[in-house]
This record gives sequence, structure tokens and C-alpha cells, in this order.
Amino acid sequence: MTVQLTDNRRVIYRRPDALQDKSTHYCPGCGHGIVHRLVAELFDEMKLTGRTIGVGSVGCSVFAYEYFKTDFVESPHGRAPAVATGVRRVQPDKFVFTYQGDGDLAAIGTAEIVHAAARGENITAIFVNNGIYGMTGGQMAPTTLLGQKTTSSPLGRDPVLAGYPVPITEMLALVPGTAYAARGSVATPQLVGRAKSLLKRAFELQEAKAGFTIVEILSNCPVGWGMTAPASMEHVEKDVIGTYPLGVLVDRAKAGPESK
Amino acid sequence: MTHFVPLDIATDRCKGCELCIGACPHHVLALDESVVNALGYHPVTLTDPDECTSCVICARVCPDTVFTVYARPKADVS
Repeated sequence: MTVQLTDNRRVIYRRPDALQDKSTHYCPGCGHGIVHRLVAELFDEMKLTGRTIGVGSVGCSVFAYEYFKTDFVESPHGRAPAVATGVRRVQPDKFVFTYQGDGDLAAIGTAEIVHAAARGENITAIFVNNGIYGMTGGQMAPTTLLGQKTTSSPLGRDPVLAGYPVPITEMLALVPGTAYAARGSVATPQLVGRAKSLLKRAFELQEAKAGFTIVEILSNCPVGWGMTAPASMEHVEKDVIGTYPLGVLVDRAKAGPESK
Repeated sequence: MTHFVPLDIATDRCKGCELCIGACPHHVLALDESVVNALGYHPVTLTDPDECTSCVICARVCPDTVFTVYARPKADVS
């Protein structure tokens, strides 16, 4: 972060400028706040704030436009990649990102994200996956883990009845239009740092017009999961990462399409 | 001469989620149960400024960006 002198103390970390100075509506300990901060830090570092257009989704992150000092368009449920496609094609010099949860991107918006990737649109999808519909009261999502109890799967997710968790980022990594697909997490301080570097690579590739980029961030839902915030982060680290392994799934700008 | 404090905490925004308390490697953060902030939570507080090393881990895990971290002055490092 920038270094400056205030009351003779040297600042080594402060709130990023790209975040509005207001309290978020997210529950205590929600990973959305961490992801917002990482994105805002990158806007500051890459000087993107003034020419960024975000596309909001529906879900807990529906009010993301309240928290970034960037322009924002709100989209219908799941349709953020389609709206972002239009925005980016009309404003080709702008930086365009979507900010979507798993109920938005991996459920109702599956068609839009797949076709945005297939077209190789120069947009970045930030996909925050907490495996549950947080806003509506903690119902089962397509990304809910097997055996996980939610308000609509009170005995745990049964694959016979409700199918298997959808590895949407792996699926998108297969599409040739996807320049970059990666999965990070905000479960520990180390993983937060790694998640930021994944986001940075995706942002750089969009700036280089390399094609569609997506970064999935495994996050938590302490209230929906019925846990304290620290216990929910531990659950992400111990259990969720087992179903959704972390790492760069494809980086076609670096490796060439044939290598993976 | 004022005592060096390595952290400023925006207690108005703190929701008392305790992620920073678990992450702090020096165990110098705790909820201040004598205070209730405008959001209705006990905000986090720095219990021992001398033990804090300005490692920024609290700021890295904080979902509400309440921390401003300052470097310890060289003369102050023992």
C-alpha cells in the first residue's frame, strides 16, 4: 500500500481508496468484505478505479455498487455476464467485471456465464462461492457440499435426490474462450494473499484483452452454516477445499491452449 | 512523548466477528466488552501495543477493513 506520514507514524496498511467509506450490510465475518477489499486494493494498485464498470448480481452481493467507488450496473439474477458483455463491447477501453455469488453464477446464471466464456468476452467474473443461498435464508445451492445440512436439505445433501456439487470453474476452464480460470479462498491470511494474486493475474489479462477470465473465491456463510465466523473459515479450509481444490485451472496466455 | 500505537481501529465499522483475534500471531487483540458500537457489536481492541509487530495479518483477514497499521519507528525496536 502507499506509504505516507500522518502524525509521524508511517502507514504500512490502510483502507483502500476504491472502497466507499461506509459499513457494509454483510453479516459479521462474511468473506464478501474480504473479497471487496482485495478487489479495491487492486483497483488502487492498477489505477483502475476511474475507468471501471462493475456489474452487480443478485444475492447477498446485490449492494456491491454501494461499496466501490466505480460505476456500476445492476443486472437481473444470473445475467451479469450478459450485461457485462454489452457494457464491454460498447465501452471497449473500460475495465469491466462482474461480482457474483454461487446462487447467481452457478445456478440461475449458468447459461450466461458459459456463453460469455465461449465467446471469449474480455470481462472478469469474480465468483464468490459459499455453497449456500445466504440472502434468502440458507437454502441448498448447486455448489452445496454432499451431506451439508441447509434449510432445504435438513438431512444433508443427498446425491440421489439433489445431485452433486457443480465444479463450475473447472467446467469453464475447458472452454477455449476462457483465458484464465482459477480458484482461491479467503479462509486463512495466507490464502487471502494468494487469492489477491489470482485476481491480479485475471485483471492483467483483461487489460491485455486475452479473453474471458474468472476467479472463484471459496468463502463462508457463518449465519447460513450455523457457525461462528472463525469456525466457518476453518470449515472452508478443512472441508470445502477438499471438494473444490485451489489453484490455477487454466492460464492460456501463459501455457498455450494445448497444455491443459 | 506519546507512546507508539501500531494500530488504529475504526471501531464504528467493527462487527466483532473475531476473525482477527484468531489470526493474530501475538494474541494482542480482544473484543472490548465494555463498549457497544453503533452497529450493536463489541468492537475489537488492541490489548498490548508493545507486543504488536505491525505484521498486518489482522488487516488481511478483516472483512470490514477496520485496521490501519503503522510501522514501528526504528528507535523503538529493541
